[in-house]
Amino acid sequence: MTASSGSITARQGGDVALRAPRSNLSMTLRRLSRSPGAILGATLVAMFILIGIFAPVLAPYDFEAADFVKVRQPPSAEHWLGTDELGRDLLSRLLYGARLSLVVGLISVGIGVLIGAPLGLISGYAGGRVDQVIMRLMDILLAFPSILLAILMVAAFGPSLTNAMIAIGVVSIPVYARLMRGSTLSIKEELYIEASRSVGTPSHHILTRHVLPNTIAPIVVQSTLQIAVAIQASAALGFLGLGAPPDVPEWGNMLQKGRTYILSAPHIVVFPGLAIMLVVLGFNLMGDGLRDALDPRMAR
Amino acid sequence: MTQYILRRFLWAIPVLLGASFLVFWSIRWVPGDPAIAIAGELATPELVEKVRAELGLDQPLPIQYGIYLGRMLRGDMGTSVRSGLPVFEEIRIRLPRTLQLTFFSLLFAAAIGIPIGVLSATRANTWIDALSMIFALLGVSMPIFWLGLMLIVFFALTLPSWLGLNQPILPPTGAGTWQHLVMPTIALAANSMAIQARMTRASMLEVLRSDYIRTARAKGVPEFSVVYNHGLRNALIPIVTVIGLQFGTLLGGAVLTETVFAWPGIGRLLVDSIGYRDYPVIQGTVLVITVGFVLVNILVDVLYAYLDPRIRYT
Repeated sequence: MTASSGSITARQGGDVALRAPRSNLSMTLRRLSRSPGAILGATLVAMFILIGIFAPVLAPYDFEAADFVKVRQPPSAEHWLGTDELGRDLLSRLLYGARLSLVVGLISVGIGVLIGAPLGLISGYAGGRVDQVIMRLMDILLAFPSILLAILMVAAFGPSLTNAMIAIGVVSIPVYARLMRGSTLSIKEELYIEASRSVGTPSHHILTRHVLPNTIAPIVVQSTLQIAVAIQASAALGFLGLGAPPDVPEWGNMLQKGRTYILSAPHIVVFPGLAIMLVVLGFNLMGDGLRDALDPRMAR
Repeated sequence: MTQYILRRFLWAIPVLLGASFLVFWSIRWVPGDPAIAIAGELATPELVEKVRAELGLDQPLPIQYGIYLGRMLRGDMGTSVRSGLPVFEEIRIRLPRTLQLTFFSLLFAAAIGIPIGVLSATRANTWIDALSMIFALLGVSMPIFWLGLMLIVFFALTLPSWLGLNQPILPPTGAGTWQHLVMPTIALAANSMAIQARMTRASMLEVLRSDYIRTARAKGVPEFSVVYNHGLRNALIPIVTVIGLQFGTLLGGAVLTETVFAWPGIGRLLVDSIGYRDYPVIQGTVLVITVGFVLVNILVDVLYAYLDPRIRYT
């Protein structure tokens, strides 16, 4: 598909004919590189991922080391972002928190994609009663404001980071199911699918070889945006005391702990929130940029 | 139109039944005996047995659900483990506060978000447009509970110190006066405001490119009238839908805002109840908010169909 679209362009245009066929990926990257928002987003996301991976190397102090002589100190040369209510270095805790947020984002989005996308694929391809049953179940999940369903699940299963990740993942299942169903429905009508079916290709082969590869782009865009949603939701659950245990440097947790000292040591709540905002902004910008870059209508 | 409304309400019945089943079933996710979870960990064995008999916990699951549904329809949501009051009463006292906060947030979001979107669209690709959209993007990316905390820092610490005052400009927690309403309203509205600004911009840009706008300009209609009377009026249809859908989302967001500002609504009741493992209240508040969310979504669909007749016939 990628090579053929490139060669068609090459045959049609005069000056274009001299160019080598371009792959979809390189065209997407080219379009992405022309969008300042997407570049900023990708930079923020790359920084976040690198910080998450290299937190132990980058952190100036042990994130758990309490120093009761230096509690709630404002930012200084010694502690760039200050210390928390137990005298722990805030910067080190934030860096480790990035690692947690990265894991939460990836796992919860993974749960959503791995369950939601196949459901949508089956629903869209099978149609009829199967479609009705799957989509009505998705409607039920969508009937709840998303944060509320996550709260209900975590309240019942018990507060923990794992349960928070599962809850956030489950809440996103209908988003992927609907997206995948929509894509499958439109691809199902394409001539090449009909041709494939008419020569007796088995359904599972059509689904995995023809339908699935063509539905990847919207799933990638949605997942990028959904990581932002997951990080925000996990911080929200942490803030409500429904996420990681209190001593874990999860950003929402840090905000909840720091809240008590908001008027005497506001820096404890300023920085974790700023970190959440920058990471979410990064994923949002990158998701928007990817959507524009992958949309064929945006192509020349 | 009546047929459409009827269809929408009929569609909502299985969804509401499904949602209520999920809420009913959630008590079974709690590790241990559901009767103890509902009666409270400190309940006497007699009380636990009474709850078991009342809820039919020894009966098959469909019958238990039937009993639960019957009780909910009668407004009997059980008794709060923490206060001993009926859950329905606990919610009834607090619901008006949550609705008040949600309503004002929605109003505030629309009052700021729509003009920003219009300004952005009429000045598309200028620095005003870029600035407005950066503002909107920040609004979408900012956690509302953190914005709430930052507002407290600003109005209770930074601004008073600039003005040389010894007390907060606005009360950081509680409810009762209009001053109490300012910070929670802004915090809860931020996200919705940003979404409305982005939506208004997109919708306005599309409308402003249409032929009838070009005709209006060619006829010499003043620009203000072109933008507001011809443009915004037609661009408002999708915006109204978004505003309506935001109401439901704000109901969910109220849980966080009410926690930050100790606002005495049902969101805070829910969070407090989780701490006390007060499952009847948790189930009751989640059910009430969800039913509200579904009903508001239906109303929005009906309003959309009223505004845009094409919807009814598809």
